[in-house]
Amino acid sequence: MVALVKPENLVYSRPQAFTEFPTHYCPGCTHGVAHRLIAEVLDEMAITERTIGVAPVGCSVFAYNYFDCDFVEAAHGRAPAMATGIKRVLPERIVFTYQGDGDLASIGMAEIMHAAARGENITVVFINNAIYGMTGGQMAPTTLPGMKTTSSPLGRDVETQGFPIRMAEILSNMDGAGYIVRRSLHDPKNIRMAKKAIRIAFETQARGLGFSMVELLSTCPTNWGISPLESLAWVEEHMVPAYPLGDYKVAEGVAGIK
Amino acid sequence: MPRELLKGNEAMAEAAIRAGLEAYFGYPITPQTEILEHFSKRLPELGRAFVQAESEVAAINMIYGAACTGARVMGSSSSPGVSLMMEGISYIAGTEIPAVLINVMRGGPGLGNIAPAQGDYFQAVYGGGHGDYPRIVLAPSTVQEAIDLTVLSFDLAEKYRTVVILIADGSIGQMMEPAELPEMRPVKRVDWPWATNGAIGRERRILSSIYIDPNEEEVTNLRLFERWKEIQKNEVRYKEYYCDDADFVVVGFGTAGRVALSSVRAARQQGIKVGLLRPVSVSPFPFQALDELSKRVQAFLVVEMNMGQMLNDVMMATKGRVPVEFHGRPGGVVPFPDEILAEIRRVATTKLTVAPDPRHAWYDRMMEMMK
Repeated sequence: MVALVKPENLVYSRPQAFTEFPTHYCPGCTHGVAHRLIAEVLDEMAITERTIGVAPVGCSVFAYNYFDCDFVEAAHGRAPAMATGIKRVLPERIVFTYQGDGDLASIGMAEIMHAAARGENITVVFINNAIYGMTGGQMAPTTLPGMKTTSSPLGRDVETQGFPIRMAEILSNMDGAGYIVRRSLHDPKNIRMAKKAIRIAFETQARGLGFSMVELLSTCPTNWGISPLESLAWVEEHMVPAYPLGDYKVAEGVAGIK
Repeated sequence: MPRELLKGNEAMAEAAIRAGLEAYFGYPITPQTEILEHFSKRLPELGRAFVQAESEVAAINMIYGAACTGARVMGSSSSPGVSLMMEGISYIAGTEIPAVLINVMRGGPGLGNIAPAQGDYFQAVYGGGHGDYPRIVLAPSTVQEAIDLTVLSFDLAEKYRTVVILIADGSIGQMMEPAELPEMRPVKRVDWPWATNGAIGRERRILSSIYIDPNEEEVTNLRLFERWKEIQKNEVRYKEYYCDDADFVVVGFGTAGRVALSSVRAARQQGIKVGLLRPVSVSPFPFQALDELSKRVQAFLVVEMNMGQMLNDVMMATKGRVPVEFHGRPGGVVPFPDEILAEIRRVATTKLTVAPDPRHAWYDRMMEMMK
């Protein structure tokens, strides 16, 4: 297709780091956007060949289908441990995990906390859409108070079901963390900011500056039961206030990365 | 190399290093902690990877990740910790990559105690992680054998792209005895055709245990069985002592087998024609050797430091041809040579019948003994 368009007229094409695998994600889901941002960063840094990805359990269990780099598939929540194993024997490789909120903030809480505490030189892309997507819309650790899910049918009752967990804030307290930020994928401006953050996160790793994580507020139109457009608005109206965007930890050495 | 006075746990760790181990991930638990401690000293000074993980769950998944790169990697734990590793073991097996694990077994179930036991035979040989998968399980009875089997484990794991588990009774890990370590071999990273070590100048690779199409998963299960058939054909290991003219044969692995050897020797001095078969590989199990023996001996006595687990395999192998008697000491108790000698004498002098479950008669004898 690229051949049909003159290079000077080309404004959009598939990143080199992408395969041609057709998407399995639902219409309006922002996983595709997050995947693309990672692929663009791999292209820009020319690191695809030496990158090894770690896929999670959840909707992005098949993330490995989309990236043209080596990939492994972790058990639920264990991606940071698996990434640790890879990075420790191949320190020159770029290793990243891609994890959802159930994977990272619930079943994998110990693994993510300790990977950060050890200053494990890996990059984590954390998709927070406040719900379990693959299993059909159950309450996640990041589900908002009052939010209805199939396992909180009357809305999340914080008295019995606890409060949402803010991972970027928690991980920013870890001395081993080099770069911890939260971004959102609900509009083009925020997507561009997310891209920049993913680039800095990978640069943090490439320069050996410690653990890096980009939390991305994301949508799940299917399980939220609203349209893709409404979902984007819902992120802005409900998730951004609960999960404030910003830089939570930018270590000294990382701050200079442009 | 010279013979040295070596502690089992440290000897296994050092043997792994000399076999070219590149990375170790573990968590402290008695009675295996000296393995972790030895690696914490030695691996960093050799420029190899050592991580004390936050849990056995994390440790086995670090092993999983490192194994995916094609590096020689291992972990170790003791019974309760190995239970936590079972998830990862199933994934490693399902991904068809090599990894070595040492279980220095202690008394159970539950928190149990820290005394030597063999209660994890079922877990290692049959159970543990979910799904069908082959696994090689080796059971040393001395520090020297623990060293040799540790070295062998890496070769077997890589040859069959499978999990190899060493089940060492707590006593093997904790005791010191003279043994010879292998020579230091250099680390040789093999660029396996399956390893996810960075797609530089080649097609990308994916390592996964997910086969969402049931037909593909079925084919995968069948492929694992193909490998298992090869393992069964090539990797059965056992030691026979005084079996050539034996009327009775004791069967025991690890420490139980070692103690039984003393009893068998004592019985021989008393004129009882008894032998010992000590399985070294409990998976694959020496079914054929026992099948052959069952055609010419009068009875078997299975001795284990558990409630009778390998007993099932012995009964399966001997097909009810002759009585199979059982003597077990579960919970962290190690049998004395005298008590096994008394059992040998009982087996040699009593008219026995084939019982559907020899544990019942054994239980009654235990109750009598404990009075």
